[in-house]
Amino acid sequence: MQSETKSKVDQLTSPAGHPVTVLRFEGDIASTSKDAVLGTYQGLPKETAKLILLDFTKVDYINSSGIALVIQLLMEAANSSQKIYAFGLSPHFTKVFTMVGITKYAGLFPSQAEAIAAL
Amino acid sequence: MTAFKTTSVEVRLPSRMGFEKVAMSTAASVAKLMGFREDRIEDLKTAVAEACINAIEHGNRLNEKLSVGVVLSAGADSLEVKVIDDGKGMKNKQAKPDIDRKMHGEEDPRGMGMFLIQALVDEAEWVAGANGKSSYVRLVIRLDKEADPDAEA
Repeated sequence: MQSETKSKVDQLTSPAGHPVTVLRFEGDIASTSKDAVLGTYQGLPKETAKLILLDFTKVDYINSSGIALVIQLLMEAANSSQKIYAFGLSPHFTKVFTMVGITKYAGLFPSQAEAIAAL
Repeated sequence: MTAFKTTSVEVRLPSRMGFEKVAMSTAASVAKLMGFREDRIEDLKTAVAEACINAIEHGNRLNEKLSVGVVLSAGADSLEVKVIDDGKGMKNKQAKPDIDRKMHGEEDPRGMGMFLIQALVDEAEWVAGANGKSSYVRLVIRLDKEADPDAEA
């Protein structure tokens, strides 16, 4: 019943010349999304993927289990000295991420262009 | 002034993850018909989804022989949603999630559903059913007419 979460990885370079890894999600982010969220993140090379952007543009449903997966990703990233940013969240999920404190550990941007320009 | 008659809509969900979205969509449709603003409808959707997930996972323990009842009662200026399961009921309050404790592994990354429900609706109460059955969570979201630019003065 839950729509499958798809994920894909893109490599970009910021205007400042930093390599940026973008994890793009599509579908629901819920308890069934562990492989798509954590699995995809864990497949990134920790030595080189130091700036990671999470793209939620094509995600329209995130529940508390999905938020917990994002927090687990942030925990692992903090332990690997990686910086996480996110963009493309709806105003509602921007509010929810702020309420639960995720913004303390992941900068949120409205769009990819604004995120990349800041890195 | 004409008396407003409460209108009820009922949905019965199987205790299977993902079906919370059926209740979520139904609640959003009713709220839209009542004239709720889009941001309040989004708040309601998340609160209803989390209440149903709790009912499916903790109340009915994913037992697909049990169903989750969702009763939406539209009043003149508020929408009440009851989510009913066959569990023993949940505690009435959940502390605000502590992101620092979660990030340091001192608190489960999960366990935010009740907090989100309380934060996103105007009223939320958890009621334990008699004989350990038919427990429910009752949510209320009120029409905020002052914030509606089209509302009559």
